[in-house]
Amino acid sequence: MVIINRKSFFFSIIFLLLILFPWIIEDSFYLEQLTRILILGIFAMSLDFLVGYTGIVSLGHAAFYGVGAYTLAYSFQSTDATNFWYALPLSLTASALIATIIGWLSIRTSGIYLLMITLAFGQMFYFFYLESSYFNGSDGIFLLNKPEILFGSYNLFDLENEVNLYFFVLGWFIIVFLLLKTILKTPFGQVIQGICVNESRVRALGYPTPRYKLISFVIAGTLAGLAGFLEATHTGFVTPSYSHWHQSGILLVILMLGGVRTLYGPVLGAATIVLLEDLLPEITDHWKLLLGILIILIVLFLPNGTTDLFSRILFRGPIQKANKDHE
Amino acid sequence: MDTTFYLIQLLNGIQYGFLLFLVAAGLTLVFGIMGIINLAHGSFYMIGAYLAFWLTQVTGNFLIAIVLATPITVGIGYLVERITFSHLYLRGHLHQVLLTYALILIFDELQLILWGNDFHGINIPEFLSGSIQLTAVQVYPTYRLFISFICIVLAIMMYVMIQKTKLGMIIRAGASNREMVQILGIDIQRLFAIIFSLGVALAAFAGMLAAPITSVYPGMGENILIISFVVVVIGGVGSIKGAFVGAMLVGLVDIYGKTLFPELASVLVYGLMVLILLWRPQGLFGTAS
Repeated sequence: MVIINRKSFFFSIIFLLLILFPWIIEDSFYLEQLTRILILGIFAMSLDFLVGYTGIVSLGHAAFYGVGAYTLAYSFQSTDATNFWYALPLSLTASALIATIIGWLSIRTSGIYLLMITLAFGQMFYFFYLESSYFNGSDGIFLLNKPEILFGSYNLFDLENEVNLYFFVLGWFIIVFLLLKTILKTPFGQVIQGICVNESRVRALGYPTPRYKLISFVIAGTLAGLAGFLEATHTGFVTPSYSHWHQSGILLVILMLGGVRTLYGPVLGAATIVLLEDLLPEITDHWKLLLGILIILIVLFLPNGTTDLFSRILFRGPIQKANKDHE
Repeated sequence: MDTTFYLIQLLNGIQYGFLLFLVAAGLTLVFGIMGIINLAHGSFYMIGAYLAFWLTQVTGNFLIAIVLATPITVGIGYLVERITFSHLYLRGHLHQVLLTYALILIFDELQLILWGNDFHGINIPEFLSGSIQLTAVQVYPTYRLFISFICIVLAIMMYVMIQKTKLGMIIRAGASNREMVQILGIDIQRLFAIIFSLGVALAAFAGMLAAPITSVYPGMGENILIISFVVVVIGGVGSIKGAFVGAMLVGLVDIYGKTLFPELASVLVYGLMVLILLWRPQGLFGTAS
């Protein structure tokens, strides 16, 4: 007898709803918002992999988001419509390369140091885009068309169509989710989760922990680059604010709202933030004040994030133990 | 571009370094002793500047405004510590980052509500608004020298307080071993509240001093926050001496960078940080973590 547990049943329903969404609600505004949530979700999952599963709290994750986006913008300059098969690998390689350098410099430290160093690196990229003459300063770069996914000379999947773009993003979202789930199950994934709990013990077992942390950092950075690539494709617009540290800050808020170390939690967090950014301005002009107070209340009273609360109600009982404090 | 020009830049760099030192000193103390990462530290710099602006309007004198504003900022620091930070000492860095990030959102909005979105200038008293003749053509504003002078006095006072007084002794002990200090019967909660308020007051004071030069504007706290992080990373967490050396290095690199390589000025400071980290990952005066 096959036992379908509540959790996988719940996930299947969600995925089904996501696939059917363009036919359920035929409003392009909501489709656009959902596309945004999914991209932000990919970005947030990549940070959760780093913060929740490896125990590296980074405050400069937006650096890679910016690299992914700016590389796409840069590859546009030579041709009219850039070829997707060439633009995406370029973006991912660039993000991975930058993540390797920043990671190598950052993981030599830990705790508060690591936070500050990643924050400083993030800002370095922000100022680089802002001040360098290549990137059009604070005005940013407009992407006149979307990347073309060519198969021979045939346009396989026209991204100018917003439903197509939605499925394109949804596809990447599912790939990233399954990829991270799989990585976490491999021996490598087990080791980094061990590092998160107690690094010295893992080292004592003979694992070269810095190398594992660096690989984890590069995976997270590359996926953040992917999110940046998708966001640039989606909005058709790249500005230095992609790499501003507020982007990294709000991403940590998203992680916290949804619950660290869950992968799906950050996606719910992303949805919450996008919805709040829609709803709160209707209540008051000073909605950031409300958002700030809300975050403080959550930190003080719901230290495991809101997902913990939901999952207790939905799945009856805590599905996760209280989060370990990241030192 | 003669020697006088470089001399003026040197003075500007030192003066900027001193201001950075005031902000970074509070930051590094709060890190080193309380183990708290405080992203809202830049907001206190902004609050100081806005208080100076507002009280100058009310009282008509910038110096009186500073004297009145300083105790207010100590009070703000104390309240913020009691209401929010005091619950965070046993939590991880992630929670501290989030809470202080939320504080930034709140302080920024409050600033918008109270003072709006405009840039504001502050008039300084007559005797400080003049200039000192360096050569026949080059002058240097008195007020910038005044800032450096005040900061030197403050730095010496801090040095004496930390090295010679009982409170300073407890602070140094707390930085090297928090548990031991607690076991010896010292009220660590009270100590934390004092250190935090002190750090807030220093940052706010730096904001007040800088206000007449940079003028007062929304988001002014953020630039200084990130640069102060760089200073603390370079100097080493918890080290006042490190904060001082780091602030001077960053101040000089920033000012000379802006005049010599305007396109890369902001990146240069981070480049300096990378170089120092390659050499000493724990910062110049930091102890290995």
